Amino acid sequence: MDRKWGVVVLRLEKRPTPSRFWLYATPPVAVILTMIAGGILFAAMGKNPFEVIRTIFWDPLFGEFAFYLRGQLLVKAGPLILIAIGLALGFRAGIWNIGAEGQYIMGAIIGASVGLAVFPTESRWIFPAMVVAGAFGGWAWAMIPAILKTRFNTNEILVSLMLVYVAETILAKASTGFLKNPEGMGFPGSRNFSSYPAAQNAFIYEPLGLHWGGVAALVTAVLAYILLTRHQAGFQIRLAGQAPRAARFHGVSPARLVVLCMGLSGALAGLAGMFEVTGPAGQISIDFNTGYGFTAIIVAFLGRLNPLGIVLAGFLMALTYVGGEMASTNLGLPDAAIQVFQGMLLFFLLAVDVLTNYRFRLAVGAH
Amino acid sequence: MDFLGGINPVILIATLMASAVPILMAALGETVVERAGVLNLGVEGMMVIGALGGFIVAVETGSPVLGFIGGAAAGAALSLIFALLTQVFLANQVATGLALTLFGLGVSSLGGQGYNGIKPPATGQLLPDALADLPVVGPIVFGHDWMVYFSIAMTAVLWWVLKSTRIGLIIRAVGESHEAAHALGYKVNRIRLMCIAFGGAMAGMGGAYVSLVRVPQWVDGITAGAGWIALAIVVFASWRPWRVLIGAYLFGGITVLQLNLQVAGSGIPVEYLSMAPYLITILVLVIMSAGRRGKANGAPAALGQNFHASR
Repeated sequence: MDRKWGVVVLRLEKRPTPSRFWLYATPPVAVILTMIAGGILFAAMGKNPFEVIRTIFWDPLFGEFAFYLRGQLLVKAGPLILIAIGLALGFRAGIWNIGAEGQYIMGAIIGASVGLAVFPTESRWIFPAMVVAGAFGGWAWAMIPAILKTRFNTNEILVSLMLVYVAETILAKASTGFLKNPEGMGFPGSRNFSSYPAAQNAFIYEPLGLHWGGVAALVTAVLAYILLTRHQAGFQIRLAGQAPRAARFHGVSPARLVVLCMGLSGALAGLAGMFEVTGPAGQISIDFNTGYGFTAIIVAFLGRLNPLGIVLAGFLMALTYVGGEMASTNLGLPDAAIQVFQGMLLFFLLAVDVLTNYRFRLAVGAH
Repeated sequence: MDFLGGINPVILIATLMASAVPILMAALGETVVERAGVLNLGVEGMMVIGALGGFIVAVETGSPVLGFIGGAAAGAALSLIFALLTQVFLANQVATGLALTLFGLGVSSLGGQGYNGIKPPATGQLLPDALADLPVVGPIVFGHDWMVYFSIAMTAVLWWVLKSTRIGLIIRAVGESHEAAHALGYKVNRIRLMCIAFGGAMAGMGGAYVSLVRVPQWVDGITAGAGWIALAIVVFASWRPWRVLIGAYLFGGITVLQLNLQVAGSGIPVEYLSMAPYLITILVLVIMSAGRRGKANGAPAALGQNFHASR
């Protein structure tokens, strides 16, 4: 029997330990691959790919209107970072809170309700009370899947996601019903917070786009980093994700971890919603939410589930939003193209990530 | 039954069978995928792509049957991205599934521009009026379009394939213990890839039913969470085809009932009625999951775990 020489094939081989180089190199590689694939997509749509990529990634930073657009970056990055850090804590422990969008909406509704309930009282305590209420709203909404998981072993992915649709219905009810502006001449939407200074999340430093939400995001990133690297709870989160059995022997209670991670991520999403609705969005309206809760999932992975990485990823994703709006007004690029672009980014990231844990080896196939 | 107002139970049953088709198809497909040990959370994305693909093909060719095939092809094509990432690049299945949904929603809203406000060719009832006009059994048994019968037939076929055939045994082996299946010489990742593509085609066909029959037109995000509900129904059904059918019909019934109550003006605010399907899904998940941990709920043992053959 004559043996034929086999073809040379690429084989995957598991690395003994994850590669530190690829851990940090995958996000930039994924971004570059996304730019190439996105460029092909834009070209297929009849746009000049180089012009689109430049409009998205360069113009907001250094272009003609950069003085204004740079400020917009932090406005968009703030909520993304805030939500993504919460999600990353859970993802690390293998707890999948996918319903951040719902927690974001509920935080906004509860936070805004507290402010609107005392309208038009002027007091310095109103805004802090709204911050607490916003965090509570998101926390309470996240506690539903958390408690159902710990008590009844219900899948948190599905429950938290179902609750997004429920939250959207409540939002519709709020903006056409119980929070509707009584002086709004019948239009849906609550009172606008820009005309209620005590409850408004105004810019602290407008050229940078810095409002309290941005401050909260950056402070949270530092605190989360300390929690993960220096604190017992952070150690337990990492351990539960990497070695669930070892974590149980170590005395980590899975139920407590679920409540902690879901609660934290819910509260942070609620905070983000509250800061958004009292600041950039201005009022509770049927569609004030723009899907930050879902985009934050991409941000969390792009930032390698690391709080400091998430800050960078948040700014990058904000760049695609701000630049995408520019490309939409100047070049007529549909908004959906940006959504596709963001989706591709996550795909490429997940694909390139194989290099962190595996390496490719050339091998001669046996047949 | 006076809270039902003027709702006719015969019409109700007939409509729920049709309204359950999208989630039934998607959930059946996902059942096979999960029995093979793969958790594809991208059902919503595959459904919405199928809805668009089916719509475009049906409008351009004028044939609804080709539309459903187009929907299946679109769903399967999208699912191959998931298959590539999880089976070749060994990416995390949960993250990849979510990415698939985000990507699918984006691609469909990009590709659907220019298709708003068009009516697709109608999918008529399969059997002659003489049968469909019979009292009671007419609307319930004979008055449907072919997809309703097809979805029931698929339930039976999948039940038989999974339970009594060699292919079904291989799929279940791969899903219960990929190490053992590999040791027996089965190509774990290749089998899983085929299951994923099958699940994508089923979800795409289900999505096409939304845009071609249920709505019927193209709007962004047309599936409105049906894919997630399909995932919940798989859990509800303990990964068994006939129970998937029961779950989908229960769910279809609730959806139809709340729509009817909205129309009938039951005094319950519309918002609370329209959140009912989601709340009931959660309730059902709680009932099905309560007190049953690990293997007892029927989940495939290797569900969600990637397989890498070291040799």
